[in-house]
Amino acid sequence: MKHQEFDVVVIGAGHAGAEAASAAARYGAKTALVTLKSTDLGTMSCNPAIGGLGKGHLVREIDALGGLMGLAADRAGIQFRLLNRRKGPAVQGPRAQADREIFRQSVQELVSEIGNLHVKSAEVVDLIQTGSVFSGVVLKDGTRIVAKSVVLTSGTFLNGIVHIGDVSHSGGRMGDDASNRLADRIRELDLKFGRLKTGTPPRLDGSTIDWGLLEMQPGDEDPTMFSFLSKRPTARQISCGITHTNPKTHEIIGKNLSLSAMYGGHIDGVGPRYCPSIEDKVVRFSDKDSHQVFLEPEGLNTTTVYPNGISTSLPVSVQEDYVKTLRGLESVRIVQPGYAIEYDYIDPRALTSHLSVKGFDGLYFAGQINGTTGYEEAGAQGLVAGLNAAANALGKDPVAFSRVDSYIGVMIDDLTTRGVTEPYRMFTSRAEFRLAIRVDNADQRLTPIGRDLGILNQQRLQAFDEKMEKLESAENLLSGTVFTPNQVCDLGVNVKLDGVKRSGMQLLSFKDIEFDLIKPAIPGADLVDLEISGQLKKQATYASYIERQKRDVAAIKKDMEVSIPADFDYSNFSGLSNELVAKLSEARPENLAQMSRLEGITPAATALVLAKIRQAEKRGLG
Amino acid sequence: MDTIFALASAPGKAGVSVIRISGTDAKTAGVCLSGGELPKPRQSGLRILKRQSGEHLDQALVLVFDAGASFTGEDVVEFQVHGSVAVVSAVLDELSKIPGLRMAEPGEFTRRALENGCMDLTQVEALSDLIESETEAQRKQALRVLSGAIGQKVDIWRSKIVRSAALLEATIDFADEDVPVDVTDEVKELLQAVINSIESELCGLDAAERVRTGFEVAIVGPPNAGKSTLLNYLAGRDAAITSEFAGTTRDVIEVQMDIGGYSVTLLDTAGVRETDDQVEKIGVERALSRAKLADLRIHLVLLGESPEIDVEESDIILTAKDDLGCENGISGLTGFGVVSLLDHIRVTLSTLVSGSSLVNRERHKIALRQSLSFLREALMALESGVGEYDLVSEELRSASRNLEALMGRVDVENLLDEIFLNFCVGK
Repeated sequence: MKHQEFDVVVIGAGHAGAEAASAAARYGAKTALVTLKSTDLGTMSCNPAIGGLGKGHLVREIDALGGLMGLAADRAGIQFRLLNRRKGPAVQGPRAQADREIFRQSVQELVSEIGNLHVKSAEVVDLIQTGSVFSGVVLKDGTRIVAKSVVLTSGTFLNGIVHIGDVSHSGGRMGDDASNRLADRIRELDLKFGRLKTGTPPRLDGSTIDWGLLEMQPGDEDPTMFSFLSKRPTARQISCGITHTNPKTHEIIGKNLSLSAMYGGHIDGVGPRYCPSIEDKVVRFSDKDSHQVFLEPEGLNTTTVYPNGISTSLPVSVQEDYVKTLRGLESVRIVQPGYAIEYDYIDPRALTSHLSVKGFDGLYFAGQINGTTGYEEAGAQGLVAGLNAAANALGKDPVAFSRVDSYIGVMIDDLTTRGVTEPYRMFTSRAEFRLAIRVDNADQRLTPIGRDLGILNQQRLQAFDEKMEKLESAENLLSGTVFTPNQVCDLGVNVKLDGVKRSGMQLLSFKDIEFDLIKPAIPGADLVDLEISGQLKKQATYASYIERQKRDVAAIKKDMEVSIPADFDYSNFSGLSNELVAKLSEARPENLAQMSRLEGITPAATALVLAKIRQAEKRGLG
Repeated sequence: MDTIFALASAPGKAGVSVIRISGTDAKTAGVCLSGGELPKPRQSGLRILKRQSGEHLDQALVLVFDAGASFTGEDVVEFQVHGSVAVVSAVLDELSKIPGLRMAEPGEFTRRALENGCMDLTQVEALSDLIESETEAQRKQALRVLSGAIGQKVDIWRSKIVRSAALLEATIDFADEDVPVDVTDEVKELLQAVINSIESELCGLDAAERVRTGFEVAIVGPPNAGKSTLLNYLAGRDAAITSEFAGTTRDVIEVQMDIGGYSVTLLDTAGVRETDDQVEKIGVERALSRAKLADLRIHLVLLGESPEIDVEESDIILTAKDDLGCENGISGLTGFGVVSLLDHIRVTLSTLVSGSSLVNRERHKIALRQSLSFLREALMALESGVGEYDLVSEELRSASRNLEALMGRVDVENLLDEIFLNFCVGK
């Protein structure tokens, strides 16, 4: 029997798996990435787009930490759009349509450039477990890959079932195989499981679409890239089409509801409310007689089109009927029918902020199996799990992100303290400090962390240092120049003649003052380039709000520093209700910040727990 | 670290009340109110406390403790003022207007003491009980507020704030979907309504000259157990109609009185029984809900029976109509047992006293005022339209955080619920 040794083994090469393997290897761990087919690495299994609101933040953060997704999306991007362009920079989100094939190739190339990372085509059939310690995986051919940390990113593999109308089949690629103990092994962990569902639309043959009838949506003229290292798109840029459902479409769907897997009672899983099937839209919003549908080309060298907005689990024949009622799609051909997939997820409250399973050593979960949806959410979790799996294997410090430093931190905290009730997707509204943690400063927030960990290459560090240097000197220039109200008026801006002198940075925080306006009055400012002056404007815009939030940020950071022992006994002190004792004993928060985020926890309760911890510490010392 | 303040002694009528301020701005705040130099640390000095407007608040003994040599480990200033509810309320109110100061949460002084290593750990056990009762008292107070007339208003504020925030977030987080692009007018209207309502509420609070405070003690029991007779005896007048017929008392009757220095509202309630009489039925429901929210219940039971409604730990159980006089009996007719009942009430209230309704009401008032200023900021930012929705939304978040004590936490999930209920998102 063959035997191989690694520090970290990652199971599954979707977006979570790829980022996990990349992060672990860059953190210094000899890493194996095991996937059924190595050509699957980097596959976009759902819609051909990356980014969006909240999601774009995640991609930028992954990139600031040296991950794959931003670079791959930039290479594959065939239409870039910055969402919320008219709104404040804190809520803008970059998004791109991606060419599936280029994306896949790019991920594979980027992965192949990472030393220490070995991609294996094989089927994992079991985990190596001794008591509460995990130490590798067993492959189908009997090979044992021994590793100190195992990262499981198996997506919808647990009890996955695909539904098209009343036809369903097991979607678990390995689930039916009696020799495969992997699923049983996970079940034996005695975690809580839940059931979710998600759907896809039918894929269309673009050559059978009458594009001439459709409204077209081009990309931005000045594309916003994901990676801090990218300058401009490399792939040819295209437009997407827009069409709409109509009363005829709704009539067909309404008549056939009983044939839909979801409405026919074949599905128990909970679906995402932000991504309803077309059946759902027709039923729940019966007053609307039209819904928007985006026709997104899947790439430059394919005719396949992804009609975003009509995911469905109706039978194929009904799909064909209703799709043809849409303008421009009158004689369209379906390449692949839409379907719904149901799957089990583990309740992520069983995980630590490092994404390891509580109560066990060396086992990490990331991606859709934790109840999330989306490439970006999966990738970001992969990054966290990969870093910590490597830390565990190499005896390095674990890496945790927090709500105050990143969307990654917000997501991990939401998942591990609140759990999920529907597939979890990132929104900017989930981040209470969103004015501070923006897409434009993801590098300023996270690249220094990446540098400390040693996971970033020279090219990135150099680019970062150059930018920061420019930013700093420009900021000093502006802060060092002071204007009297009269001088400001001379620039053509109305301010109160209150005698208050204002620095260039303070002026820039005014809504109607752009950098170009004050530039002539500041010697040397004409040398500041566009990227830097734009960044200064963004910083100035939110400076006063960020100042206001400082207190909250400090309070959270302080609470994070008070860790609660894993075996902390909540039961034997007065002052906590039985309900809270039960809740805390189950949730096992890692620190006071996590504890205070649990439902029903009062400041008094956290004070009490703090008192007990201090008491125990004193006793320990004595 | 921000500076916190609170009433540190037992609330209610007392000889002296202690107001504690702790944090980096404590001394600044002390100077602000006492209008001059503070006494040297650990020495007391008599000062006149004044409002910013110059209005005289009270004469107070002022004490200063330096960081490292105080209860919390931070700079601490204490005012010993006359133990009047109105004075304490006014001083707290004035403190809340100083930037950087806020009212302490229950247990927060202790928490700071712990964090700064200034806490004698043997005190921790005793503290947990204190924190528990404070928290419980706050919870009760919040419930009482919500079940009252203001409760309906708070409900409306909450729904309007949630709706406004949801509209804004929908345009932000679902910008590339089929949702409205400009919600300025609708949000403006919603926020203006909330602002007007909070303003009039605050007006009412400020105008109330007599600060109603104190405890509620409910007399409960089966019909015709002599509850009203007892109330009348205690009140020294016929506040409630009594008769030999069961079910005479229909509505809740309130009598204000002073028991051992505490201001007490005695509640006479309808006798609890199953009934087909619609009016009496409502009376029984009211009796039950008021009794539940009261600080203390006197359960009158007939000889050999036990109370029909839930008894809480500190409640008093007495045998009703005990005109003959035996142990644990009471009679509103002969007055037997009344003296020991009053004594019992006084003792019980003094143990409950750490949870003050005054502090809570003051807290609510401060919260209302602060959220009002955030709401006004939000309204201003709305003038810039779509471009500043991120800032409007931030102001709203701050406003609702301040109202949390009144209306509960507005979580992102509440906003998402509202969004998904109203808009068909998902492309």
